[in-house]
Amino acid sequence: MKFTLSWLKEHLDTNAGLDEIVERLTMIGLEVEEVTNPADRLKPFTIAKVLEATQHPNADRLRVLKVDAGDGGEPLQIVCGAPNARAGLVGVLARPGDYVPGIDVTLSVGKIRDVESFGMMCSERELELSDEHTGIIDLPEDAPVGVSYAQYAGLDDPVIEIGLTPNRPDCTGVYGIARDLAAAGLGTLKERAHDQIRGDFPCPTDVKLDFGDTKPLCKAFGLRMVKGLKNGPSPKWMQERLIAIGLRPINTLVDITNYMTFDQGRPLHVFDAAKVTGDLAVRRGVKGESIEGLNGKTYEVDDTVCVIADDNGLESLGGILGGEVSGCTDDTTDVLIESALWDEDGIAATGRKLGVNTDARYRFERGVDPDYMLPGLEMATKLVMDLCGGEPSEVVVAGKVPDDTHIVDFPYSEVKRLTGLDVSHAEINVTLKALGFWISGTGDTVKVAAPSWRPDIEGKADLAEEVVRIVGLDKVPSTPLPRIGSVAAKVLTPGQIRRNRARRALAARGLNEAVTWSFVTKAEAEAFGGGAPELALANPISPELSDMRPSLLPGLLTAAQRNADRGYPDVALFEVGQVFADDTPEGQSMVAAGVRRGTAVLDGAGRHWSGASPAVGVFDAKADATAVLAAIGAPVDKLQVYTDAPDYFHPGRSGALKLGPKNTLAVFGEIHPRMLGLLDIEGPLVGFEIYLDNLPQPKAKATRSKGALDVSDLMPVRRDFAFVVDKSTPAETLLKAARGAEKALIADVTLFDVYEGKGIAEDQKSLAIDVTLQPTQKTLTDEEIDAVAKKIIAAVEKATGGTLRG
Amino acid sequence: MSDLNTLESEILAAIDAASTEAGLEDIRVAALGKKGSISEQMKTLGKMSPEERKTMGPALNGLKDRVTDAIAARKTVLAEAALEARLASERVDVTLPLRPSPVESGRIHPVSQVIDELSAIFADMGFAIAEGPDVETDELNFTALNFPEGHPARDMHDTFFFNEKDNGERLLLRTHTSPVQIRTMRTQEPPIRVIIPGRTYRCDSDQTHTPMFHQVEGLVIDKGSHLGHLKWILEEFCKTFFEVDDIKMRFRPSFFPFTEPSMEVDIQCDRSGAEVKFGEGDDWMEILGCGMVHPNVIRNCGLDPDEYQGFAWGMGIDRLAMLKYGMPDLRAFFDADVRWIQHYGFRPLDMPTLAGGLSS
Repeated sequence: MKFTLSWLKEHLDTNAGLDEIVERLTMIGLEVEEVTNPADRLKPFTIAKVLEATQHPNADRLRVLKVDAGDGGEPLQIVCGAPNARAGLVGVLARPGDYVPGIDVTLSVGKIRDVESFGMMCSERELELSDEHTGIIDLPEDAPVGVSYAQYAGLDDPVIEIGLTPNRPDCTGVYGIARDLAAAGLGTLKERAHDQIRGDFPCPTDVKLDFGDTKPLCKAFGLRMVKGLKNGPSPKWMQERLIAIGLRPINTLVDITNYMTFDQGRPLHVFDAAKVTGDLAVRRGVKGESIEGLNGKTYEVDDTVCVIADDNGLESLGGILGGEVSGCTDDTTDVLIESALWDEDGIAATGRKLGVNTDARYRFERGVDPDYMLPGLEMATKLVMDLCGGEPSEVVVAGKVPDDTHIVDFPYSEVKRLTGLDVSHAEINVTLKALGFWISGTGDTVKVAAPSWRPDIEGKADLAEEVVRIVGLDKVPSTPLPRIGSVAAKVLTPGQIRRNRARRALAARGLNEAVTWSFVTKAEAEAFGGGAPELALANPISPELSDMRPSLLPGLLTAAQRNADRGYPDVALFEVGQVFADDTPEGQSMVAAGVRRGTAVLDGAGRHWSGASPAVGVFDAKADATAVLAAIGAPVDKLQVYTDAPDYFHPGRSGALKLGPKNTLAVFGEIHPRMLGLLDIEGPLVGFEIYLDNLPQPKAKATRSKGALDVSDLMPVRRDFAFVVDKSTPAETLLKAARGAEKALIADVTLFDVYEGKGIAEDQKSLAIDVTLQPTQKTLTDEEIDAVAKKIIAAVEKATGGTLRG
Repeated sequence: MSDLNTLESEILAAIDAASTEAGLEDIRVAALGKKGSISEQMKTLGKMSPEERKTMGPALNGLKDRVTDAIAARKTVLAEAALEARLASERVDVTLPLRPSPVESGRIHPVSQVIDELSAIFADMGFAIAEGPDVETDELNFTALNFPEGHPARDMHDTFFFNEKDNGERLLLRTHTSPVQIRTMRTQEPPIRVIIPGRTYRCDSDQTHTPMFHQVEGLVIDKGSHLGHLKWILEEFCKTFFEVDDIKMRFRPSFFPFTEPSMEVDIQCDRSGAEVKFGEGDDWMEILGCGMVHPNVIRNCGLDPDEYQGFAWGMGIDRLAMLKYGMPDLRAFFDADVRWIQHYGFRPLDMPTLAGGLSS
């Protein structure tokens, strides 16, 4: 919402300066977004008089002027090419050092065809006032020489733009803004005129609201004809105001409607009566109908759209946009002025549906003052008659202006309860009354009715807001919130703690945390186990961001490739974030996932004097996944490794870490080559996903004690074994068998060698393990050790079908 | 006796000349071994007269001791020299650069770090952290928050929608974290103190808007909290978060459907230099919106607004990060450019705490 300072002062009698007004507007909730003054860029230019104009000695079209700048100095010599440059002309002077906006030049003393020139006389175009450039500005002879031109021309009028919140339709007009400022003590509101214009004849065009048994999209409709008028350009003062706020003057009748829109927040429409056939019907549109708007665009309507039609068809999109067919032109002599009240929801729905934003829609969808429908029509009629003449008809009104008066029981204590601010009953009364509220009753609770222009006032909290807004939020005392207990308690949930730990653990392993979009392409969603129709956006911002991600990997993999494309091929990235299995809250879960690309292994990437890093492999991903699981408190010793990882991993180089066959805590592996092709990325790439929500909930513990340390003083004994097993035998099977052979004695089993090749059959491999025996009672005898060894061999052979390597 | 003197000087000369420990051992064996020159002389003592023995005994023993000492001394010298030589040969170039350690090279994203900072501050004031789903219902994202159906306030949120279901329901991506206010109030008994950080979505994209961004919301519901408390919390938060001793704030009336009264808050800053400084200067910067929870919202959660009251505030986490740490462009937050993460990110052990400072 834009207006000029002088416009505001037409409604507000105030001594306050611009800065004070701007500050106050912001502090009462009408936030000033920008203040511009067209005079700022015109500041240097002054009014000057041409004393002499003589022919330039070396150029036919140029003249040499002697100009009185009005500063008491010697006349300035100026070379000028304008055809209207003549002695006696009073115009606008720019001097060396001045920036002339229309030609984007800072003047200096010039020499034009050997004659020095100490400035220039400006055209309107050179000052960006208009496109006029046939000659220099030619002011009336009595224009005061030496005075600022902007000041003289009334251009020194700041334009104030406020960012209006949707709850304040009353401030979509300058009058309403003035009323708010007056209530805030910044001057006195000048009462607006309430002319009642008597019609000389019945309005020849009748209006019917025709909504049958559907919801009426128009509540009331006032119409009046003014005949025998003379349309044409509107007066300068009106044009200047409209131009200042960015509107284009059209003709007086149209300008009056725009002026009323911004002055009073009361949109109107004018029909050229000569182009209207028969009566007007206000009704729902019919599918197949269309209308060409005044903005030159054609709109198809249906039964959700409110239209105004005459015998020829559609004339207007009610409350939003007039039709081209019956628009007013300079030739209009008889006008029909419409002042109506539209259904707010209907206007909003139509505006959205047809994609049309107008100043009228903006106001009607927020709620225009119903009680001003007819006074607004009177004021518009008066303006038409004052500016265009003509003879008014009586007013026809269809429908009925609703009485929306809403009475609120208002305990004065509500102000203190909600804001903590002490305000006396008297001050509350004064404040509310200044805003137009009506108060009745005495005692601690009174009845308050909001004025017709405040549809936003619903209850007592709104009244408390009105009071604190005008009294001043800066008066609200800052009050410490009482502490709960004295030492802050633990507040994070197990899930939140896990996410934090996973994040720090991964960063400590050299991965960089990324935050990627929650949406991916449809192809990526489908490739990573998603793509369900209920997770596809109906209005994605682009096809790249169309479906909710089923996995963090596509985002991370494509991010890794972007880094590679920028010259950083060895990157390790992770993200801790949400993935979506379906559209329910339960379908959303938290995952920690990461990728390593190129040679970005734990110890660093690329070549190094101590040895080059290898390409990333499945074990890098397994190590990350396992480390995170350990860091977040998963029972790592109970984890089982399965080979059934999702199909976006290499089938032979991937795995799943599970607690039992059904509960997968993590998956890891090299990315399937087919995925690389699908995502248009290059490897080597490995990745992992940790399903944080699948972890068992930590059990509540009775104490924080870690229990006693139980260690033996006896020396552990170590024995090595090598077994030949089928190549397909998982090492895990062998290790598990060895560990379980004699649980009381075997403290640890590690695999220290895997060998295939010479000496071992083609389809077999040798696995060598180091078994640690920890006696607890007494030192083991050789016989006891041999007995355990036999058990180990038997257990492994039974579990794997392999044999002890001879 | 002169024989002994000769023998001694020969042996001592040989010891001195020995250049290796093995050579020295040969000399020891030749002198003191079973058949060594001194041992042979010792054997003659038995056949000597007591008088002879009286002089030769000490002389021979003295010789033996001196040779033994000389060998030991020489051995120490040779061992020292051998160690010196070994150490010299073992010298490496310690200026050779290391591989970067993983704990040095990994980084935490600024959004996560700022959430940790917020958690530290608000946990101290007794706030828990509440969360909710990104895919929301229209009811929780709008209606329960007092956005009337079709009201222009809904247009302020450029909403991402999912396709309408057969039952006419149309889910959406939450446009703010406020639906979690409703979820919290509907499931928890007051008093409630929570902050709600999370991802939010709007159909918008330019230098300062991305289709996905992060918000944090605060909610207090009890029987007495008012605007004055809200002011205090936000003042304390801003001082602590921006790590300044004092900061001026300006509360302006504004409008949000779910609060009444509603306010926007500006903080004092100095924008004259290349970097924005907080707690000084004459400029104002808008950082958040807030207000008393609207009676309709409280009622929509099954509570009586005449009994319960409270306030809520919301702000952009990404924006807080940008203001504090100086990132110029929001879009880079979601680009995963390692150069950006390395520059603006935080080391894994940089844990924000109130005791140790939010940032170092």
